[in-house]
Amino acid sequence: MVILAHRVIYWAAGLAWAALWPAAPAMAAPPAIGPAALPALVDRLTWGFTPAEFERARKLGAQGYIDAQLSAQATPHLPPAIQGHIDRLTISKQSASAAFTKINEYRQTLRDMPDGPEKVALRRRMQAIANTRGADTARRATWRALYSSNQLHEQMTWFWMNHFNMYAPKGHVGVALADYEDRAVRPHALGKFHDLLAATVRSPSMLLYLDNHYNRAGHINENYARELMELHTLGVDSGYSQKDVQELARILTGLGVNYRSTPPKMPVELRDQVVQEGNFVFNPRFHDYGDKLFLQRKIRGAGLAEVDEAVDILARHPATARHISRKLAQFFVADRPSDDLVAAMAKTFQSSDGDIAATLRTLFASQPFIASLDTGKFKDPMHYVYSSLRLAYAEFPPVARVDTANQWLNRLGQPLYRRVTPDGYPLTQSEWSGSGQLTSRFDWARRVIVAPTRFYQAADKEPQVHLPPIPSLPEVYKRTQRYETLSPATRQAIESARTIQDANTYLLASPEFMRR
Amino acid sequence: MQRRDLLKFAATAPLALLGTRLFAAPREAPRLLVVFMRGAYDSNGLLIPVSSDFYYEVRPTIAIPRPGDGIDAALPLTDGWGLHPGMRATLAPLYKAGELAFIPFAGTGDLSRSHFATQNAIELGQPAAPRKRYRTGFLNRLVETLGRDTTRPVSFTTDVPQICRGALPVPNIDLAGLTGRPILGANRAQAIGQMYRDTEFSAAVNEGIELSAMARDELEEEMRRANGKAMPGSQLEREASRVGRLMADRYNLGFIDVGGWDTHVAQGGIQGKLAGKLGQLGRALVSYKTAMGAAWSDTTVVVISEFGRTFRENGSKGTDHGHGTVYWVLGGGVRGGRLAGNQVDVRRDTLHQDRDYPVLNDYRAVFAGLFARLYGLDGRRLQEVFPGVQPQDLQLV
Repeated sequence: MVILAHRVIYWAAGLAWAALWPAAPAMAAPPAIGPAALPALVDRLTWGFTPAEFERARKLGAQGYIDAQLSAQATPHLPPAIQGHIDRLTISKQSASAAFTKINEYRQTLRDMPDGPEKVALRRRMQAIANTRGADTARRATWRALYSSNQLHEQMTWFWMNHFNMYAPKGHVGVALADYEDRAVRPHALGKFHDLLAATVRSPSMLLYLDNHYNRAGHINENYARELMELHTLGVDSGYSQKDVQELARILTGLGVNYRSTPPKMPVELRDQVVQEGNFVFNPRFHDYGDKLFLQRKIRGAGLAEVDEAVDILARHPATARHISRKLAQFFVADRPSDDLVAAMAKTFQSSDGDIAATLRTLFASQPFIASLDTGKFKDPMHYVYSSLRLAYAEFPPVARVDTANQWLNRLGQPLYRRVTPDGYPLTQSEWSGSGQLTSRFDWARRVIVAPTRFYQAADKEPQVHLPPIPSLPEVYKRTQRYETLSPATRQAIESARTIQDANTYLLASPEFMRR
Repeated sequence: MQRRDLLKFAATAPLALLGTRLFAAPREAPRLLVVFMRGAYDSNGLLIPVSSDFYYEVRPTIAIPRPGDGIDAALPLTDGWGLHPGMRATLAPLYKAGELAFIPFAGTGDLSRSHFATQNAIELGQPAAPRKRYRTGFLNRLVETLGRDTTRPVSFTTDVPQICRGALPVPNIDLAGLTGRPILGANRAQAIGQMYRDTEFSAAVNEGIELSAMARDELEEEMRRANGKAMPGSQLEREASRVGRLMADRYNLGFIDVGGWDTHVAQGGIQGKLAGKLGQLGRALVSYKTAMGAAWSDTTVVVISEFGRTFRENGSKGTDHGHGTVYWVLGGGVRGGRLAGNQVDVRRDTLHQDRDYPVLNDYRAVFAGLFARLYGLDGRRLQEVFPGVQPQDLQLV
């Protein structure tokens, strides 16, 4: 294993620092992000380069910009128009608890109803509550990704939403999805992994998605237990056994969702064991109070405290440090990050008690990260769609109709909160670079350039917005030191385009724009 | 480009590649379609071990009744086995006609019981032991072994799945999400193709531009045939017909996946979630056969899933992750009407880990045996597709 020497160096000119990487000869210059790489840094830390964001980074310098993005507050900072759109969504006006209460009322009515068209209609209305809230959460996410100034925080929020993935259309998962994102994930996106994990375990949406509300003493359902280890923490092949899965499933018995906001009725002797927070409930009647042997540790039957113990073990396990570090490196650096980089990040992760921002600092200061700013990382559909809108519509009023973007994400294979399987969307190039994907991206590029009104009003309404023409994006590239990074073939296509619209289409469809 | 021109192009492209060797070539490579049921379908809800008392004992709410117990009972297939009654009009006739065989106790040596790990291992064509890191998918290696001039692969998925990835680029097209209007236009598409000429994506971009034009044309043709009426059947059935037409006209090695089989909760029995999914897939396979027309006679379809599910139903009237499963093999030239491969009596003491079906027919061995027959591959060339494999000849074709 390589031994890593980290040292913080302050440059005379400003705040830039860099770590010695890895065990470099004493005389070698520390790696640093030079001014030429600044546009690429902005592109990597955000949902897409814009001239305004680049200006911000230029004022702060590379390190200042990284620091500012890492320490930004969790609450997204949005233009008032966008905040207004979000405030009008159902998820902003009605709490998840109120929605669960409503669904519960529907359920009771349905129970006593004879079969027939009315019953079908009522059931549909009930399901619509979850569907609307799921779709609203996707709208909010796209607005925030496009316009929040805390861009790294937005990316990390998505990273964890994808890591702790769920499928919104399953049952009532969509009902509390907005809360899940804002209360469980977002506050911890750059915080401590332990807190993040603990918050997901107490999320109604997660418990519904992975069937843990069915997991009861004597009626074990292993689904959540397995994914909690395989995907959320330790990683597959990290040494746990089928027996560990079964034991963790027993520990998780009784964790579920209560659609009412009052705790369930309980015999006197169990009453002090019940825990309800929002619609999350620990129901001691369904819990297996026997002792467990989990990952070679004896866990005494003690109710919800067992879950806290298991979360501690999982969050602080060295396999978790490696698994999370590798995935972060895959997101920010390369499809197959080097073992050295992962080891360095895992070391920081462990010594900082799972501090995500600290782990990212190690990553951003690493030689592989800095080198990757030259080569780029292939965009998944979300990065591709968001970055094209951020660039092409930088001078436009904020996009009012995000559904258009979200429908295209669906077409490109990455609709928000609609990955069916709990592994989340893949982060590697090979998953997103097939012939069908590329041609659909070209279609998208054309749509963005020639039909911007689609992002402002529904197709069946009379056009009301008057948008200025999209400026020449190649000119924007020239002003921001990006044009010379385009290949001769790309420049040739752009320069022989017959209209600005065609040149803009080619820029968004170029091989270079497929990377971030 | 008009449809006629496209078809002409489609027909001449492979001939041009074959050139003067046309007469020497024994025949076109046969057609193969691999269907992946992602999420691990419950094979015990399809192929019913009707003589196993244990089955009825441990599946109190989801078992399919024995044949003879009324109309809603398993359809008798062969000694000890029955078929889900929802397959009466689809798989049952194919089985009777000798065009469908089942391979029970099929699967991998992987015991992670993880969807993702096992799907990935299967797509890579990787053995459970010795552990080696494969990078390419086994269908891609098959194309490499057979040669690009007789093999025309395609994946009917939103993206190229692992099973098709490797040295030779395999095009993909999402036939479910097709829309009619061309957006880009031919000239701009060509200019974009030029930007990619020196990149790793050059072939993919060119093929994608060509394929999407052709698929749009398919769609127009379909709407013309429907004559203004709504197209019948589920989305999956329509997609299967499109796949059938493209496989009949232009491609001979295809992959498609169908998700949503992970029935941990309330999977149902004669009716319900699983029955609905199985019925839909059965109908889609029949649409595929119909769309293939005469080409069905040299077509083989293999339907697989990553693993089986627990033999017992769980606490929520569903099933959890298991081990052995049942593969389906169907086609005009298939020697069907039977259960193929190694078998064992279904009893509690023959279960694997007292939990699920054992795997007696390894997927690599089964596929290698099939490839040997379909393509005449010898042992050495089979090793290129599945290193270290011991082919198992089930005389499927």
